[in-house]
Amino acid sequence: MTTNPFAQLLEDADPATAAGWTDHPPRVGFFTDTSVCIGCKACEVACKEWNHVPEDGLRFTGMSYDNTIGLGADTWRHVAFIEQEKRIGRQVTGAATSDGDRGDDDDGHAVRWLMSSDVCKHCTHAACLDVCPTGALFRTEFGTVVVQEDICNGCGYCIPACPYGVIDQRRGDGRAWKCTLCYDRLGVGAEPACAKACPTNSIQFGVLDELRERADRRLAQLHDAGIGDARLYGRDPEDGVGGDGAFFLLLDEPEVYGLPPDPVVTTRDLPQMWRRTASAAVLLAGLVGASFLRRTR
Amino acid sequence: MNRTEVTTDGLKGARPDREATTGVNTGPGTPDLPTTARRRRGGERPVVPDAEFRSYYGQAIINRPVWESRDIAGYLFLGGLAGASSLYAAVSQLTGRRRSARVAKVTASGAAALSLAALVHDLGRRGRFLNMLRTFKPTSPMSVGSWLLAAYGPATTLAAASEVTQLLPVVGGLATAGAAFLGPGVATYTAALVCNTAVPAWHDGYRQMPFVFAASAASSAAGVVLAASPVAEAGPARLLGAVSGAAELATGEWMRKEMGLAAEAFDEGKASRYHRLSRPLLAAGVLGAVAGRRSRLAAAAGGAALFAGSALTRLAIFHAGLVSAADPRYTVVPQRERLARVGGETTRAGERGPGPGER
Repeated sequence: MTTNPFAQLLEDADPATAAGWTDHPPRVGFFTDTSVCIGCKACEVACKEWNHVPEDGLRFTGMSYDNTIGLGADTWRHVAFIEQEKRIGRQVTGAATSDGDRGDDDDGHAVRWLMSSDVCKHCTHAACLDVCPTGALFRTEFGTVVVQEDICNGCGYCIPACPYGVIDQRRGDGRAWKCTLCYDRLGVGAEPACAKACPTNSIQFGVLDELRERADRRLAQLHDAGIGDARLYGRDPEDGVGGDGAFFLLLDEPEVYGLPPDPVVTTRDLPQMWRRTASAAVLLAGLVGASFLRRTR
Repeated sequence: MNRTEVTTDGLKGARPDREATTGVNTGPGTPDLPTTARRRRGGERPVVPDAEFRSYYGQAIINRPVWESRDIAGYLFLGGLAGASSLYAAVSQLTGRRRSARVAKVTASGAAALSLAALVHDLGRRGRFLNMLRTFKPTSPMSVGSWLLAAYGPATTLAAASEVTQLLPVVGGLATAGAAFLGPGVATYTAALVCNTAVPAWHDGYRQMPFVFAASAASSAAGVVLAASPVAEAGPARLLGAVSGAAELATGEWMRKEMGLAAEAFDEGKASRYHRLSRPLLAAGVLGAVAGRRSRLAAAAGGAALFAGSALTRLAIFHAGLVSAADPRYTVVPQRERLARVGGETTRAGERGPGPGER
């Protein structure tokens, strides 16, 4: 893809190196294994406490045990909750319906709760960072993506650019906010608050390469155990965003958890957008010029 | 309840921690169930991907753009009007049409000034608008546009001021030429700006939208000149208005035809109202431009219709984006189709293939 003027930007495997960091620490991230998530929301609380994230609305959604709804300026960790009439592997639920029916084979109706703690993906190719006109969003030495709140002028461009719906504008503040992967904690060698607080190790923090290996082993383990629904999301460095710094083990399709099934960084199409824009500008000039060519006034 | 004991053979009964395999019957006393039945009930997924669309309680996947319709849809229109007017003004002046040149220069400077006001007004932190010029990033159309406007805005002001006061004609001429040079870029870069997002009805139109914006910019500029210049000088505006109005209709149809599912967003909510209103207005504008040669009234009405039709085109595109951002269907369905095209379930980007439990 030598014709792509942004080739360097899109193809360097290590985002910190591509951003110009030399002699930087290894890229870190999260592996969120949702198969052991119990939906306790300790991650949401720990994140708010550590990062002083304001209250994000005391609403009752009536849709599930999830009243947080989704990621935003004031929600940097979000625990999704899904109830399905389906089993996890060979699970015995013992569950009965309200009329006492235990299903056709005595061990109860198929029912499972899927819980997943969502977070900023810290993409290898981050659209929010690419479109930020002020340079407020930047790539840290750890390969993560952080907003500098003293520079952001609240233009809002990063918000529709994010293919995951992570970053958002804080009401009454005007600036864009999102997960920093606890940049301040990383700086002193501590792990992010959510991972620290997670009681089941569903949120695992570490060097990304190690997390990917661990995730592959875990996937194989679950598949061997007959849990064929398990799949990794955001682990593949060849995907539309070059792989996520925060990736997941899911038990159903990504969209069931509110995640896009095949996100692509919009910057990938930008060279063609610029070419087409240039062509359109030339055509516009030609059109206006040509309308003066006729003799009649 | 697991209890860990340290024995001479090592740990016994240790908790599996994160290696826990939920849903696997391994403990004593669990019924020995026929494996095949379990697998059929639990682990298996259909070979063909689900045709039905699934989502997280219908919640949006991407976050809603926070841009105000008045500011940003307004800017998409005003930027186009200004850019095309600057170009029109310069060619008008070169060909000796002083009065339509003056109309176009004043229009360009007014639209450019309003554009800047709208852009600053839409910022979450208005006092920091100068941060836009803190860096230059070709990966951000907004950054490129900020630099473009930083040069273009003052040029239109100088050109109009010189025109109106008849002072400093050389500076005014240079400013007119400069604004004309930058104008087409100002009019079209906004297409790259909105397309360079994850919003389906914007992004999926990126191949055509710059041409829609170019045509729409020409329509609005021709509309103003048609409505505000004498018939004798408005010949080029009539031709431009007729051609660009028709081109705006045609490129708009082309864009919606090519963008797939996202085109349906133009038939929902406010987008639908604006979209349905813009087409007859543009058609009327084309007719008015053609008839404007004989009738000053027809020219004025046609000009107004082109102006309004162009504004509604931008409003329709802006609101179609909001519609497509709010409904997860617009994000999920095209991405699922893309995955199915590149090889289906087993080679999905970002996911691993099915495990033994599925075979």
